[in-house]
Amino acid sequence: MRRLMGVLAIGVVAALMGSTAAKADQLAEIKKKGTLIVGVKTDYPPWGMRDASGNIVGMEPDMAADVAKRLGVKLELVSVVSSNRMQFLQQGKIDLMIATMSDTPERRKVVGIVDPVYYASGVAILANKKANIKGAGDLKGKPVCALQGAFYNNELQSKYTGTDLVAFKGIPEAEQALLDGRCVGFVYDDVVLVWKKAQDKKWEAFDVVALPEWKPVPWGLAVKTEELSGPWGKFMAEATKDWLKSGTLLALEKKWVGSNTQWLIDASAAAKK
Amino acid sequence: MEGLWDFLRSLHDAYGINLVHFYDTFERGRMLRGMWTSIKLAAVCIVLSVLIGILGAWLQGSRFKVLKAVVQGYIQFFRNTPPLVQMYFFYFALGPQMPRVVNEYGISQPMLGSFEWAVISLSFFAGAFNIEIFRSGVEAVQRSTVEAAESLGFNRWQIYRYVVLPLAVRVCLPALNNNLVNLIKTTTQAYAIAVPETLFVASQIWSDRINVFEMMVTLLTFYLLLVGIFVWLMTRLERSLRVPGFGQ
Repeated sequence: MRRLMGVLAIGVVAALMGSTAAKADQLAEIKKKGTLIVGVKTDYPPWGMRDASGNIVGMEPDMAADVAKRLGVKLELVSVVSSNRMQFLQQGKIDLMIATMSDTPERRKVVGIVDPVYYASGVAILANKKANIKGAGDLKGKPVCALQGAFYNNELQSKYTGTDLVAFKGIPEAEQALLDGRCVGFVYDDVVLVWKKAQDKKWEAFDVVALPEWKPVPWGLAVKTEELSGPWGKFMAEATKDWLKSGTLLALEKKWVGSNTQWLIDASAAAKK
Repeated sequence: MEGLWDFLRSLHDAYGINLVHFYDTFERGRMLRGMWTSIKLAAVCIVLSVLIGILGAWLQGSRFKVLKAVVQGYIQFFRNTPPLVQMYFFYFALGPQMPRVVNEYGISQPMLGSFEWAVISLSFFAGAFNIEIFRSGVEAVQRSTVEAAESLGFNRWQIYRYVVLPLAVRVCLPALNNNLVNLIKTTTQAYAIAVPETLFVASQIWSDRINVFEMMVTLLTFYLLLVGIFVWLMTRLERSLRVPGFGQ
């Protein structure tokens, strides 16, 4: 037993030494090269998109710009998509990833998701005002538009509507069906619905009603796994805490999305304490 | 029945074969509703498209040029466009232009729903082919037979109804079978306009339960059975209508 413990202890020490040895200080490196490279999305307005002249703009690019300002370095934005964002980070093509990524245990094994998380999206329904929907309880027996394959569809039907969903392949079809009066509402990510409603006059006769039955899924920004406990990961954790505390994220959300989500209001209030 | 569900459930635990759409009450319910919707959709479309075929083939023999041109135009329109595009067109382009009714939730909605539009578009689509199929049968009926009927004082409709059509049907049944089998398979496209038929429900279940392989096998088996039963019925019809010596 003693010998076993001894072997284990040596192993742990070796592992620790190994990991510290392999850890390059990315924070110092970024400062040295004078440029911060951040991977953001360009296909997810208003979190990340291209403006008329092709520049990458949005809420997450603004956050990236703030990080560069704190470091006193230049900012370089790289467009990533869901299928390559984690690989870009692993391969060192980007220093930091702020790309609307949901925080899941599987992803935490691959990249270093920084705590606290900076954002979250829940589920809501963009409901026709005439249908007078106040919550999931009012959906019984009613036709509800949705996207095929969304994670909440099963529960939505089995627990709340009781009838088959009017589910389409893409968002445009579901929106058209909703506008045509073929369903009482469209169930989707709350943050996107809030933005859509603020963006377009055609949604005037519709309300975004939160469905707190589904817990918000947090969005995490990420650094390389081995940097998470190093100076770079700690720096980003501090920056995120400060964004929440100082209301920077609330202001950015207001600027880009149009209004504030309950999750961010709560998270900012909690950070102040 | 419970014993069977328990057995299927144990398959999942023991071998990872996830037949949740059979043993789970909710999933089974919607799976069966989906299959029933497919059967209903297919049955209604078969009847309507055959009626369209019979009527269209008769109108093609009309003396009025305008009528003939209308039928020809209809055939060209529906035969030369993909059924999925037609369905989208009907549901999203034509649907909202229709008169609206206020439903029980106080929302004004277009008069026809997705099921109705699927019936309309599929029936017209298959109907266009059916007209041509019936025409081939009509043209196979010998002129002398028609003349014999005329000499007995039958009018045009009577000749078609009592002499030409019964013979034409016998000639064109194999081709008609083919087209109707195709029609049954095309009902899966109603999935695109959210008709909760078998493929629609199956895709909901496989994205919820990640049992893609099992759902694919179930889907294939279902359509194999559905079409198999239909073909068997049609073969029996063909045999019962056989006139010894006719068409040889």
